[in-house]
Order: sequence, then C-alpha cells, then structure tokens
Amino acid sequence: MIKQKAILFDATLCAGCGECYNACKEANHLPETTDDFLKDHLSANTYTVVEEYGDVYTRKMCMHCVDPTCVSVCPVGAMEKTELGPVIYDGDKCLGCRYCMQACPHHIPRYEWNKVNPTVKKCIMCYDRVKNGQQTACAEACPTGATLFGDRDELIKIAKERLESDPDTYYQKIYGLEEAGGTDVLIISPVPFDQLGFAENLPKEALPTYTAKALEKIPGVVAGGGVFLAAMYWLTKRKNLIAAEEKQNNMNSTSGDEK
Amino acid sequence: MKQIIPKITFWRVVAVIIVVAGLYSTYLRFTGGLGASTNLSDEFPWGLWIGFDILVGVGLAAGGFTICAITHIFNIEKYKPLARPAILTAFLGYLLVIFGLMYDLGKPYNIWHAIIYWNPRSVMFEVAWCVMLYTTVLFLEFLPIALEKFRLKKLLAFMKKVGIPIMITGVILSTLHQSSLGSLFLIVPQKMYPLWYSGLLPVFFFISAVGAGLTMVIFEAYLSARAFNKGIEADLLSRIGLYGVIILMLGLIIKLIDFALTDKIHLLFTINNYTLLFYLEILVGTIVPFGLLIQKRIRENRRWLYASAIMVISGFLLNRLNVSITSITPGAGVSYFPSIYEISVTLMLVTLGMWAFKFIAKNFPVFASEVHFENHNLKYSEKLSEGKI
Ligand code: SF4
Ligand code: SF4
Repeated sequence: MIKQKAILFDATLCAGCGECYNACKEANHLPETTDDFLKDHLSANTYTVVEEYGDVYTRKMCMHCVDPTCVSVCPVGAMEKTELGPVIYDGDKCLGCRYCMQACPHHIPRYEWNKVNPTVKKCIMCYDRVKNGQQTACAEACPTGATLFGDRDELIKIAKERLESDPDTYYQKIYGLEEAGGTDVLIISPVPFDQLGFAENLPKEALPTYTAKALEKIPGVVAGGGVFLAAMYWLTKRKNLIAAEEKQNNMNSTSGDEK
Repeated sequence: MKQIIPKITFWRVVAVIIVVAGLYSTYLRFTGGLGASTNLSDEFPWGLWIGFDILVGVGLAAGGFTICAITHIFNIEKYKPLARPAILTAFLGYLLVIFGLMYDLGKPYNIWHAIIYWNPRSVMFEVAWCVMLYTTVLFLEFLPIALEKFRLKKLLAFMKKVGIPIMITGVILSTLHQSSLGSLFLIVPQKMYPLWYSGLLPVFFFISAVGAGLTMVIFEAYLSARAFNKGIEADLLSRIGLYGVIILMLGLIIKLIDFALTDKIHLLFTINNYTLLFYLEILVGTIVPFGLLIQKRIRENRRWLYASAIMVISGFLLNRLNVSITSITPGAGVSYFPSIYEISVTLMLVTLGMWAFKFIAKNFPVFASEVHFENHNLKYSEKLSEGKI
C-alpha cells in the first residue's frame, strides 16, 4: 500500500507572511488577483488563501478528503482521488454540472463563471510534484514550518505530540482527523475551529455513505418493481377478461371492448 | 378552418415577448458564460435552472408514468383517455428538461460524456441515465400515436406487442429518478435547513411527484379543453384529483412522523422565513387542496377542481424551489435570487412547451382515445368536452 500524503497546517506557527500564497500562484501559473493577499478569497485564480482572525492566521484550501464528496458525486468521474492522496480534476471529462461545488462540505471548488468553456478550479495538492516525490509548493515555501508535507500517519503523530506537549497553546483537536470521514489536510490551532471559519457541524462519516444508502436500493427497486408490475399486469388483465366474459354471458350485450 | 395569420391576443403577445427575451438571454448565456447570464456564484452554484427547469420539470411530468401504470399495467381502463395527453406532457417535459440542461451545464457539449465515463457512485450519474432511458421510453410510448396518424399498421401492431414491457420499464425508471432527484440532496446534510433535509428525501420526492403529476393531468385537461374544445369527463378528472391529494396528504403525514422521529417538531414553532415558506408550501400544495377535493361537491365543480390543481402545482413548485434554493445555506452568507435572464429562459421553456403541446395535440390523435367505452358510469355527467370552460 502506498502511504497517503498529507499537509499539516499549524496555525500557532503561521506568521501570515503569504509565502505559501505566492508559491501556490506560481506553481499553478495563476494570475495576480489582489494587492493584499490577506484580503483575497478562493477563486478560479486563487487556490489557497491566508486569513487573519484576530492574531491568528489560518489557511484555506481543498482539504483533499479521504473519501471525497466531490469525487463521489461527479457523474463522469472528472474528480479523482489519487492513491497518493491528492484529489485531482480532469476538465476534459467535466460536464460543468457543478455538483462537486454544491456537495463539497468545505465549500472549496470554484468555477470559471465568465468563460464559455469553463472548468472547475481548486488546489490539487501539487499532484505533479507529489508524484515525483517532491513536496507541495506551499510546504516548501513556508519559512516557519507552519505548513508541513509528509505521510498522513506521520503528520497525525506530530500533531498529537504537539497537542499533548503544549495543552495551553493548542485547542485540543486535530481538524481533519474525522471531519466528513477525514481529510488529507490536517489543521491544529490555538482556538476552536469555528472561530477560524471552518465548518464544525460536519458528520463523522464520509458524506458519500449518505447517498450510498439510497443507491444500494436501486437493484431491489428494479427487480422487485419489475416482478410486481408484471404480476399486476397479468392479474388485472385476467380479472378484466373474466369480468368481460361474465358480462357477455349474463347480459348478452355487446361490450365494444378493444381487444 | 386554418388561419394563416394567428389572431393577435393578449396571451400571444405576452408569449412572443417572453420568447424574444428568452432568446436574448440565450445569446448572453452562450457568449458570456454562466457569469454573464445568471446570479450563480461559487457560494451558490445551483439556482433556478436546476430548481425549476430540472426538478419541477421532471416532477410535473410524473403524470405520464402514473397514468400509464394505472391504465396499462393495473388495467383500470376507464382512465385511458387520460393516458395520451399525460404521455405527451411527460415526453415534452423531458425534452424541455434536457433542453434546459443545455443552459445550466457549464459544458453542454460534453453532455454525452455521461454515456462513456461512468461513476455509479454518483446519484447524478443515475439521474442522467434514467433521464436518457426514460426519454427514449416516452418516445416509444408516444410513437403509436404518431404511427396511428400516419397509418403505419404493421409497426403499430408491433409496438402494441412490446408496449407492456416498455411501460413497465418506464414506471421503474420514473420511480428511480423521481426519487433520486431527492437523493441528490442527501449529500448536503449540513448545508440544508433541517425542515427540508431528511434521509427520506427520495421518498418525499417520489410521493410528491406522483401526487402533483396526477394533478397536472387536470391542469392539462383544462388547457386543452380551452384550446381544442375537447375534454375528458369531469368524473375521471375529479377522481384523479382526489387520488392526487390523498397521496400528497399521505406524504405530508409521513413527513410529520419523520419530524417527530428526528426531533424537528420544534422547528415548526420557530418562526422565521423558513418556517413561513414551509407552511406556505404545505398549505397551498397539500392541506387546502386536500380539504377542498375531499368534498364531493367541490371536486365535481370544475372551477374548484382547477383551482385546487393550480394550488397543488404551485405548492409543488414551491417545494422543489425550497429544497434546492431556499433551504441551502451558501458558503459565505451570499444570498441568491435568479437574474432576469435566468427567469426569462425559464419562462421561455414553459412557453415553448405549451406551444409544442398545442401543436402536437392539434396534429396528432392525442385526445382521441383508442378505447371506446360506452355505458361507462357517467353519473357525474358534467362534461368538460362542451368547451365551456
Ligand atoms: S475538500 Fe471538497 S473539493 Fe476538496 S476533496 Fe474534499 S470534497 Fe473534494
Ligand atoms: S462540475 Fe465537472 S467535476 Fe464537478 S461534478 Fe460536475 S462534471 Fe464532475
């Protein structure tokens, strides 16, 4: 088994310098969108942002869910969870239904709204670099070590150690450990995560299990429904025939029936 | 008698204006993208075109499969005169849904990808296949009507033979995707206002589509009676209406039980805009029409019957929009209201649908029933066919 890669972001270490922001723009050839990176938003031209909440800085980007909702909802499989962890996207397959955007629990995927041939845009965890054994551009650029790249289980271990060894500094939770089935971006912070604009109301199960329950019933509906309807057809047809015959015998009247 | 130049009437002028506006919006949509023509955004990626053109369109077409099941599978033959108009509406409804999808999809020219790239885990994948297959089935169900017109007897005889398996397939496909339109929203439990989110969404979507689809038959009969002086017995219609509202009422009861089981009753007493919209939806769409149609005298009065049908349809519309738009909490607190262009495209689709219905009904034996039934209980003999409606 290939080890799943992940990113660990430690908000206590982030200095808000924006190096990750710039590195991401460069690595993905994205145009400049703002003078003040702290005020930028995720968009088709910005895959990650640094946000300021009081004296805490945090990052937002695709969380690369372990069982990604976007991958499960895409009718044509344009979103793909790679073995290494990154969730990538194939614009040539995409229909533009935007179900991935609607369904993502982290409100991540963005759209090229003003293009006639639009695609979905989001962080793909520098898949090409990761595939070649490199780390993501943001992790490489981070001067403080707030963004780390590595094996998911390693990073979880590091995060746990930090929470344990410094309980006064850290809010005792690793965001992404079990949010909607877990994510490959893990975050630790000095404050509760809703204060940093993260969704705190996510279920523990991966969201695709919600629809799986409905989809599982399809074969039953098809088989059961087919048998039931065929039986009903046969029974009611017979009943009608018998009734028609009786009527003819009894009243000897013309029925003008169709068959 | 054919008129070469149609008479200028108020509604015709309105229709022409709607279509011209719709064409302008079409131009905007396909030259400037979704951004230029809609109020959609990264925070609110699905709007009116999904909520109305797809969810309402498919739902209201449900009359087709329900009536088909009643007449051809359960062999309750007296409802046969309702079958053809219902099949026609369903067929047109689905064509319009596909047409509407062309506007909403960011890459409509990739729509065929659903055939070659498969993701069976996706509800949308299932919906896509059901819509494709069911539109084919509806075409096949409509075919005999066309064959009759062109007197292609051999083909017609063949179509009659394979008719029943086709109908059965149609009923199953409808059941599946009427409900899976509800399943689409199962995956966003945390984004929906809980009055509308439920694990039973697929069941609710199915039930309400059957109820509203049946009621839609009344509405169609009303329109066609106006347009062609042809109608269907009031007796049949009022009963269909009654069944429709009973089904909707059952759906509402299940919904309330579900509320109780999932601890949501208190939401009914939390007064905010959501609750008001919810009450509006169930009052207009279910409770009031149920209260009306359950009374024999009222449901046999055609004006009340139609009024109730229109209420049910409005309630249904509101429900689908509530599920797909109102209840969705957008990412950054951005609110959505459809742009004038989105609205005009939707209105254009409805208008085109009505035109197509009228045109086909005029030129094909849609209202001529294949069954000639006499001495059929005409005891509520008020006929719509007098053309006085
Ligand atoms: S965060 Fe959203 S876009 Fe990223 S993998 Fe998860 S579901 Fe997909
Ligand atoms: S917009 Fe594209 S990637 Fe997203 S779900 Fe639809 S087809 Fe898949």
